[in-house]
Amino acid sequence: MTELDSFRLEARDWLEANCPEAMRHPYRSEADPCWGGRNCKFQSEDQRLWLQRMSQKGWTVPTWPTEFGGGGLNREQNKILKDELARIHARPPLESFGISMLGPALLKFGSEELKKQHLPAIARGEIRWAQGYSEPNAGSDLASLQARADDHGDHFILNGSKVWTSYGDLGDWMFCLVRTNFDASKHQGISFVLFDMATPGVSTRPIKLISGKSPFTETIFKDVRVEKNQVIGEVNQGWTVAKYLLTHEREMIAGSGLLRAGTIPVSKTAIHTLGTENGILHNTMLRGDIAQFEMDIRCLELTIERARDEVKAGVSLGAASSMFKYYGTELNKRRNELLMAIGGSESLVWEGKDSHDGQLPKSWLRSKGNSIEGGTSEIQLNIVAKHILGLPG
Amino acid sequence: MALVLNEEQVMLRDAARNFLQERAPVSHLREIRDSGNLKGFSSEIWTEMADMGWTAILVPEKHGGLEYGYSGLGIVLEECGRTLTPSPLLSTALTAVSALTLTGSPEQCATILPDVVSGELLLALACDESAQHQPERVATEAEVLEHSFVLSGRKTAVVDGHVANTYIVSAWTGNGISLFLVPADAKGVRVERYPVLDISVAAHVTFDQVELAADSLLGKLHGGQVILDQVLDAARIGAAAEMLGIAQEVFARTLEYLKERKQFGVPIGSFQSLQHRAAKLHGEIEMCKSLVLKALQTLDDKPGGDAEISSLTKAKLGVTAHHAATEAIQMHGGIGMTDEFEIGFFLKRCQILETLYGDHHFHLDRFAKIRGY
Ligand SMILES: Cc1cc2nc3c(=O)[nH]c(=O)nc-3n(C[C@H](O)[C@H](O)[C@H](O)COP(=O)(O)OP(=O)(O)OC[C@H]3O[C@@H](n4cnc5c(N)ncnc54)[C@H](O)[C@@H]3O)c2cc1C
Repeated sequence: MTELDSFRLEARDWLEANCPEAMRHPYRSEADPCWGGRNCKFQSEDQRLWLQRMSQKGWTVPTWPTEFGGGGLNREQNKILKDELARIHARPPLESFGISMLGPALLKFGSEELKKQHLPAIARGEIRWAQGYSEPNAGSDLASLQARADDHGDHFILNGSKVWTSYGDLGDWMFCLVRTNFDASKHQGISFVLFDMATPGVSTRPIKLISGKSPFTETIFKDVRVEKNQVIGEVNQGWTVAKYLLTHEREMIAGSGLLRAGTIPVSKTAIHTLGTENGILHNTMLRGDIAQFEMDIRCLELTIERARDEVKAGVSLGAASSMFKYYGTELNKRRNELLMAIGGSESLVWEGKDSHDGQLPKSWLRSKGNSIEGGTSEIQLNIVAKHILGLPG
Repeated sequence: MALVLNEEQVMLRDAARNFLQERAPVSHLREIRDSGNLKGFSSEIWTEMADMGWTAILVPEKHGGLEYGYSGLGIVLEECGRTLTPSPLLSTALTAVSALTLTGSPEQCATILPDVVSGELLLALACDESAQHQPERVATEAEVLEHSFVLSGRKTAVVDGHVANTYIVSAWTGNGISLFLVPADAKGVRVERYPVLDISVAAHVTFDQVELAADSLLGKLHGGQVILDQVLDAARIGAAAEMLGIAQEVFARTLEYLKERKQFGVPIGSFQSLQHRAAKLHGEIEMCKSLVLKALQTLDDKPGGDAEISSLTKAKLGVTAHHAATEAIQMHGGIGMTDEFEIGFFLKRCQILETLYGDHHFHLDRFAKIRGY
């Protein structure tokens, strides 16, 4: 038996013993994921246990170094762990911008002190992070951002505002892009800072989305004190960190809702809902669209696998993440459109137990944001054209 | 298996690329067309391909082959797609060899395969009978006699049917479909050669009371359908590999043109409407690369392959290569429409391969059936 084989058995046994039965189902509603944080209210004791056991094992962040709360797994081991989690349909113990976005940036650009301060708390799900990138006048043109941080010796004083802050009202800390030099060119005067959202002067205002919920805020800074030791990378060099983080954000968005283990194939839903005759789906036009969609999904999966095989562990996919982001989000929108079509009039039901409080129409509406958040589809295509294909202008 | 080429495969690819670009680039196809070559390919190039071992890639070692697998042959076919080099590689070295290795008797393999390796023997799969690919609908019949068969029927769109020495023919035998090896010079075989677009050649082949010896049965009596599907699946992936080469080449040429052609005082590649179309095409082609690699590896891992990935690959490559070639013409403007320019050849070859063994509609339908809907 190879080392990897024995790792697989070990992982399987451990998961068998430690993953509560109730955590072995895909999410049923938006309320199911556990986001951790200071104000976390666990849905159930099982949810709490699952997070606790996984984080003690280091498996909320399997590939991070053990000294920062990770599992220290290599790529192959991580793949095995993922397989084993998928095998029992285990849901993730923790959803977290700290894990998917800030963590990789901290690991790459953060000082030892910052890593020690923040990474273990992320791994344990103790601190929930919010992303302060976009501003009212800096969306696609992110680098034109104007929130300002003025130098006060050992600290900065921050003024301005951010918008579209996902779960801004629930965040404990924020990673934030601010302008620290107004004279330099727009990419040269940005710094990447971290601060506690409980700091005086930080306030949020909820923004309601078309999907009904309000997990968004405008976030306003009035004379907020930010310690200088909370800068990732050098002052005024934050754009490099910001871009690196975006590649991780894009990879995360590319796969979310689409390639997650436990996602029920669209065709299965269609067979169940519409029925078949001689093995052929009743609605034949829809059948073609579903088949085309399922082909495209498989293509994306294989290409992500190939990209992973092509880069060594830890190396970012760089501009390729833009391609995956574009494909993944456009496909997820198609997936939701197909599910709406399959559901027919039932897919319009907004409330009530049968519809899990309108889970389908709400996630359909929410999916429209996939091709906007983390940089729009058009911006991803611009990046591919410029940085992969080398087209001018 | 990792979805990357290993070192040996990279060497094979580079060798194939060098040879084809030197000896048989797109201008070679034009020469063949314009010289009135009735075969549609160059015997000299074919002999050189055999000398380099390309006809032997799939053949088992005991029959004089290299046993280097579909992944290897796919790499070569992909390069042939880039240069549009015409040859019987797909019909003989891939399709026919697949049929023999999957189901041929030791005697059949021992007589046929060494001659395939040497490049002397050409084979053609004769399975289609109508303009739409429907391999399970077979009107051709073989009467089963005590020690022989009598074959009658008409096959169409037989790739390399005009040059083949031996046909692999599907026929109804009363209780299922069976496959037969039929010598082209047997009494009652009539071949009608026809040009395919203006860059290739195929044939209708009629079998009129052709008497066949008992040993011409390939595989089990009445057991031909399963094998035919597997052979077709291999052939489809081979065609897809060639289309992958086409897609990459037309796209590379288009990209170059976008950077060099100026209008309104700037390179046309600076226009965002063209940039976005190019970026999407790039993505589609990346998807295709992963698919073809996976499909070839699957053929190597699992004798008989996997119908789902085969249909997926044929469908996706058909659409993408076609789209790449069409966009190439559009983005080249007027010059893209001229015969003098090479881009049009790619669209033509692409259309031929897309039609061969089921277009993307056929495979979309098949894919859905395989997945149970
Ligand atoms: C669900 C959701 C969650 C989000 N969460 C966060 C968060 O947590 N933190 C955060 O900081 N931000 C967040 N955002 C903000 C998101 O990053 C921005 O909305 C996004 O970058 C687009 O900016 P914008 O909204 O200003 O649109 P604009 O930039 O004004 O774009 C409007 C349209 O113009 C197009 N366009 C713009 N520039 C170009 C160009 N050069 N070429 C072609 N087309 C162009 C865009 O593609 C788009 O279609 C979130 C957004 C959504 C929808």
